[in-house]
Amino acid sequence: MTAFFRKLLSCFAGIVTLSIPGAFLSGAFLPAVHAQDWVRTGSNLSDQKIRLAAADFKPVGGDPQTPSYKASFDSTLYNDLANAGIFDMVSKSMAPQATPGSPQEINLGQWAADPANASMVAFGALSAANGRLSVSGWVFDAKNPGSPQVLGKQYNESASTDNARLIAHKFADEIIARLGGGINGIAETKLYFVSSRTGSKEIWVMDYDGQNQHIVTKLGSISLSPRIAPDNSRLAFSSIGKEGWSIRMFSLDLGRPVGFPAGTPGGSNFSPAWSGDGSKLAFSSSRSGDPEIWVCDANGGNLRKLTAFHGPDVSPTWNPRTNSQIAWVSGRTGLPQIYTMDVDGANIQRMTDGGYAISPSWSPNGQFLAFSWNRKYGPGAPGGQDIYVMDIASKRWIQLTHDAGSNDFPSWSPDGRHLVFERAINGHNEIWTMLADGTEQHELTKSGKNFMPNWSWK
Amino acid sequence: MNSRNRLITCLVLLVAVVGFAGCGKKKTRDTSSLAPSLSGPAPTAQLTATPTTITAGDQVVLTWRTTDATNISIEGIGDVPSSGVKTVTPSTSTSYHLVARGDGGSADATARVTVNPVQMAVAVPQDSSASNMTADEQFRANVQDIFFDYDAYDVRADQQAQLSKAAAYLAQNTSIKVLIGGYCDERGSNEYNLNLGQSRANSVKQALVQAGVAADRLRIVSYGKEKPFCTESTEECWQQNRRAGFTIDR
Repeated sequence: MTAFFRKLLSCFAGIVTLSIPGAFLSGAFLPAVHAQDWVRTGSNLSDQKIRLAAADFKPVGGDPQTPSYKASFDSTLYNDLANAGIFDMVSKSMAPQATPGSPQEINLGQWAADPANASMVAFGALSAANGRLSVSGWVFDAKNPGSPQVLGKQYNESASTDNARLIAHKFADEIIARLGGGINGIAETKLYFVSSRTGSKEIWVMDYDGQNQHIVTKLGSISLSPRIAPDNSRLAFSSIGKEGWSIRMFSLDLGRPVGFPAGTPGGSNFSPAWSGDGSKLAFSSSRSGDPEIWVCDANGGNLRKLTAFHGPDVSPTWNPRTNSQIAWVSGRTGLPQIYTMDVDGANIQRMTDGGYAISPSWSPNGQFLAFSWNRKYGPGAPGGQDIYVMDIASKRWIQLTHDAGSNDFPSWSPDGRHLVFERAINGHNEIWTMLADGTEQHELTKSGKNFMPNWSWK
Repeated sequence: MNSRNRLITCLVLLVAVVGFAGCGKKKTRDTSSLAPSLSGPAPTAQLTATPTTITAGDQVVLTWRTTDATNISIEGIGDVPSSGVKTVTPSTSTSYHLVARGDGGSADATARVTVNPVQMAVAVPQDSSASNMTADEQFRANVQDIFFDYDAYDVRADQQAQLSKAAAYLAQNTSIKVLIGGYCDERGSNEYNLNLGQSRANSVKQALVQAGVAADRLRIVSYGKEKPFCTESTEECWQQNRRAGFTIDR
């Protein structure tokens, strides 16, 4: 009982912390604050991780495919929970050999004892029969045998390996939401990206863990800067055609490109960005001569220019919490820097103090900008291009990647705990993810060159 | 350091031009480091490609001659003798870059080969193809790439002569419309470089308009770093890629 109560308390503390980040950032209250403390706080990552065991599920039913479905399910569930960033996972080698298929079959003491020493156990049964896959899953509090059940879920889908993975994602997201302070998990989210593996740069999509990669656009030219709408209905991107670079739309509901006339006329049009409520788009356009940031409604109407300054303006990103501010990249003083402004173009603030700063992404809670920065840029300079996170209120920043290739295009996960980004090592561009404190870096793509990832909103 | 390097380069190129009058090939900027005190005569280098325009699948003969060099290499081919002939079959437009190094410094020479896709040759009617080729060659001889400094989109002083020549040619050939492409080197972000390429193409367009070319004859497009001319991570290659390139807009 006490263990679970403590978790509830820590979740509650996390929520309180979120609502008053200023108190933590001021440093006056916590003189010994470490550089990463505020990013852990703001990114919903905690130093106190819940010790969680994910038991292998019990196979039930006579379908010969059951063992292969079970293997996909078990590894997907374990990886989702490990990737979440909020659990201290019990490694499979330390977990009991048992595969309890129901609450009657679990011996909680076995899981609570060393070496597993689990606070929580996820377990259940998977059965495939008559072309259907059904899964029953539970989460029990191992330290509270009197009233252990925290979660119980049932799933039923047509039998396939993809659906075994899908059910594992759904169950993982339930567990993460229940134990992680009510913040939804990301196991069902998608990553959109650019890949040249077919010979031309097209937009591709994959699951958040790098599985299930497939092509979206087939235009045969160069398509860049994919940005998925908050409701997953449309994909905005930039593509070159007869009329130059235009902002184009692909309907994921219809499975084909749809018209977006506002993205075409004149000049070059690049780097679309959806507002957090999906009602507006910002993008860079040189239709008036110089490249500037423009804003329009999601249907292309009500188009207006926000910036008016000589030099490149590109790569807008909305504050998704308020939808009242935009951060972007401007070369108005020479090398590109990150700026913020209100959506009426007023109140321009420069955020970076030098170097070569590009590709901002605004965090879901509105508190941070992630971006790519080469702080010592110039001919012969040794500077690397790395991913940084800046606290907008204080302009304090931390560096998340170190001494590993050239890093660009960070994009926040909807839970604010993860970033996806592009890393080029020796000319090989691949998609990577990491936690928002720079730990747990994983390469997701291995095939061809891959660029410009964008994390879906849900 | 840059301007001094450029001065030395100019001297080296001057020697090369005097030594081989009639070598009409464009010299690229030499950025290989030169020893402060030069012992021995400066090397000279000459590289020609015949023909300079081919259809994909055709052969090109590279001919080169160097003097006072101990180490001669052609990018993409490797080390070569001090003079020689080699047949190559480039599938795409290629810039062959020869570097000759010796005790007295180094010299380089570049020969560009334009490769046209096969179907273009088929599509052009037989009777007009000859004159068309001549017009293309004239265009390429007079309207040449404008190169830019690192992260800059203002037309450099040393590129003004190139630009004036292009403007003069376009003033005489009023039927030609031009597509100006803006290109960047591989460093930095795709999205930012696409804007930089746009600004480079636009700078060249505005300069040509000021020189009297009608704006409606000039169309611009940015390729950023999406269509690099070369792909090596060297300053020579980066300079080749930081440019505005011209094609006849048909």
